[in-house]
Amino acid sequence: MSDNCENKHLELHIPEPEWRPGDTPDFSNVVIPKAGSVLRPPVDVDAQDIRDLAYTIIRVLDKNGNAVGDWGGLLGDEELIAGLRHMMTLRSYDARMQLAQRQGKTSFYMQHLGEEAISCAFGKALNKGDMNFPTYRQAGLLIADDYPLVDMMCQTFSNTGDPLKGRQMPVFYSARDHGFFSISGNLATQYIQAVGWAMASAISHDTKIAAAWVGDGATAENDFHAALVFASTYRAPVVLNVVNNQWAISTFQGVALGESGTFAARGHGFGIPSLRVDGNDYLAVYAVAKWAVERARANLGPTLVEYVTYRAGGHSTSDDPAAYRPKSESEQWPLGDPVLRLKNHLITKGAWSEERHEQAEAEILEIIMTAQKQAESLGTLNGDKIPSAHNIFEDVYARMPAHLRRQRQQCGV
Amino acid sequence: MVQMTMIEAIASAMDNAMAADEKVIVFGEDVGFFGGVFRCTAGLQKKYGSNRCFDTPISELGIVGAAIGMAAYGLKPCIEIQFADYMYPAYDQLVSESARLRYRSAGQFTCPMVVRMPTGGGIFGGQTHSQSPEALFTHVAGLKTVVPSNPRDAKGLLIAAIEDPDPVIFLEPKRLYNGPFDGHHTRAVTPWKKHALGEVDDGYFTLPLGRAKIHKEGSAVTILAYGTMVHVAEATLVETGIEGEIIDLRTLSPLDLDTIAQSVEKTGRCVVVHEATLTCGFGAELAALVQEHCFYHLEKPVMRVTGWDTPYPHAQEWDYFPGPKRLGRALIETMEV
Ligand SMILES: Cc1ncc(C[n+]2csc(CCOP(=O)(O)OP(=O)(O)O)c2C)c(N)n1
Ligand SMILES: [Mg+2]
Repeated sequence: MSDNCENKHLELHIPEPEWRPGDTPDFSNVVIPKAGSVLRPPVDVDAQDIRDLAYTIIRVLDKNGNAVGDWGGLLGDEELIAGLRHMMTLRSYDARMQLAQRQGKTSFYMQHLGEEAISCAFGKALNKGDMNFPTYRQAGLLIADDYPLVDMMCQTFSNTGDPLKGRQMPVFYSARDHGFFSISGNLATQYIQAVGWAMASAISHDTKIAAAWVGDGATAENDFHAALVFASTYRAPVVLNVVNNQWAISTFQGVALGESGTFAARGHGFGIPSLRVDGNDYLAVYAVAKWAVERARANLGPTLVEYVTYRAGGHSTSDDPAAYRPKSESEQWPLGDPVLRLKNHLITKGAWSEERHEQAEAEILEIIMTAQKQAESLGTLNGDKIPSAHNIFEDVYARMPAHLRRQRQQCGV
Repeated sequence: MVQMTMIEAIASAMDNAMAADEKVIVFGEDVGFFGGVFRCTAGLQKKYGSNRCFDTPISELGIVGAAIGMAAYGLKPCIEIQFADYMYPAYDQLVSESARLRYRSAGQFTCPMVVRMPTGGGIFGGQTHSQSPEALFTHVAGLKTVVPSNPRDAKGLLIAAIEDPDPVIFLEPKRLYNGPFDGHHTRAVTPWKKHALGEVDDGYFTLPLGRAKIHKEGSAVTILAYGTMVHVAEATLVETGIEGEIIDLRTLSPLDLDTIAQSVEKTGRCVVVHEATLTCGFGAELAALVQEHCFYHLEKPVMRVTGWDTPYPHAQEWDYFPGPKRLGRALIETMEV
């Protein structure tokens, strides 16, 4: 046996998801901690003392719609109803824009289906002046901050009302006044920029903090690791968010993670307090965000937060997930639907009802249709009301150099 | 012979190369089970197993860096970067490492790998799905750079690139994947399945790197093109009625200067066209070479028709993309006596 061992041929380990199309997903072996079972530590806790929080899932809403444990109780009914409406608005907006893309009104779209709680609740934990460095799946930050839906649509349609002048692909919004940094198409590049922004706030003895965003797949990029080093070294006032929606296009999260540990636990090597939270639980997301924001604000440094969720839709309008995962996987996913869970909670509390929900749904659809009409009156990508071609040449530099003026003339604009 | 799209031809190249040489392996983002976001690796994992075709974490640096290590070991990685626009995180590995390994180790270590990436615009991909970064590779000593313009060339050149003992950047014009797009974005494109250049030998064959092809013969003016611009040039000649000669460069580095010089000596006029930005683009190198080697044959200055010196826009794509109108204007100007 022993010499056999010495001569053993090596084998490369290739992670594989448990289920592919045709298989029946079964999440019964996934351990979902009971709501309320994870204690809330003080914000000045030593990272070493809460290592377990990177391996559990912080949850507030239980199966029966009750808010339990010491992470709950932060938000009043009115705030929760507002949060529910934000999530419903985002979902309805997504559905309309997805349809508009199918109708040829724009080139591309990316929806949030199943992940609405994360960006909608997180935004509520920040103050004016703080800055998010989002990915393409955090439009809830804009909606929860009352950014005009018409402007979002104009960006999506690349029309004459597009605040970004037709330069960016749909959903790559930018809204400085709403704490929403311009989205790059290159994954993870902005994670370290968020750390830099937070360092600048500290250098300037300011009170603002930053929030970095990345998906499970994109944590593999070097930018993510650079961000953790800098955040840890300089104790930057930043919240480092990882949205683990289980998939990166066709690649399951085990390829980025290596099938051991958690994304949250990536923070441990850097001594960064790291928490894992139920991303489909509006109350839990808000509570953990608030905790991390408080730490940053108190100059206690960075926090890494992993949101456990599921990308219920396709990656984008260019993607059909039926090609690589079972169709029923999203229904089997054990953390449920964030909209439904908050709705049930409010109903259990007596603060909401099926009738009010239906009414809100109709109102929201009405608001969105009205906004869409207004946005479409300013054009759609397949029509002729798109931003003028002179916009190609502006903003390359603060002052247009002679060679660009020449090229603009050649272009005839 | 089988009718293939460019996607199928590229997949067939890797299929044949993997069948012929077990050292050939394929990896990148979403290339395994799914077969790539453009389907260029469809079926490879099923046929050759996940030990030879697998998904990677989203780290372009990781993909290229790992491929260099594997190539140095003796494998022949043929890797995919999902879009050329995402190559930048890997640039240090390409430039400082892959390109110089043979040189700095005096041949002890080498880097026989191919880096495939979809390039160019025409799909409303905005600034991060449309770029044409070929000049960033042609500028690097030690790298070879290939840009095919049709299925047959794509297959023969890709197998040659895999056979090549040095690192090869293989840029696939994504707007050509399904048919010879000629810049007329409102017209339907003839699919490769109905095009002569879509007729491809389904076995193992190579086309030599470093050789241009005369895509269309003519005597009035030489158009130097590659990738999508070969088809834009063809449409432009039909529409202007100019009897131009189109040289499809196919390999940018090493460059087939003889074919270029012979053509320009014959026509006395030259227009260079590419999608990439003008300043320090590959057209600058071509224009310099043409004036250096054909100066006394030139009737007119060499003109360049290119993308503007700006990021690639979304809504105004067709004002940015150098289509038949812009090329036509340059050709007419070049033809003036
Ligand atoms: C540098 C870079 N590499 C590759 C891509 C292509 N790409 C776009 S989204 C995506 C998957 C990202 O997955 P994840 O980070 O999990 O985010 P999710 O889409 O699930 O929200 C990939 C590979 C890119 N945009 N940028
Ligand atoms: Mg993901």
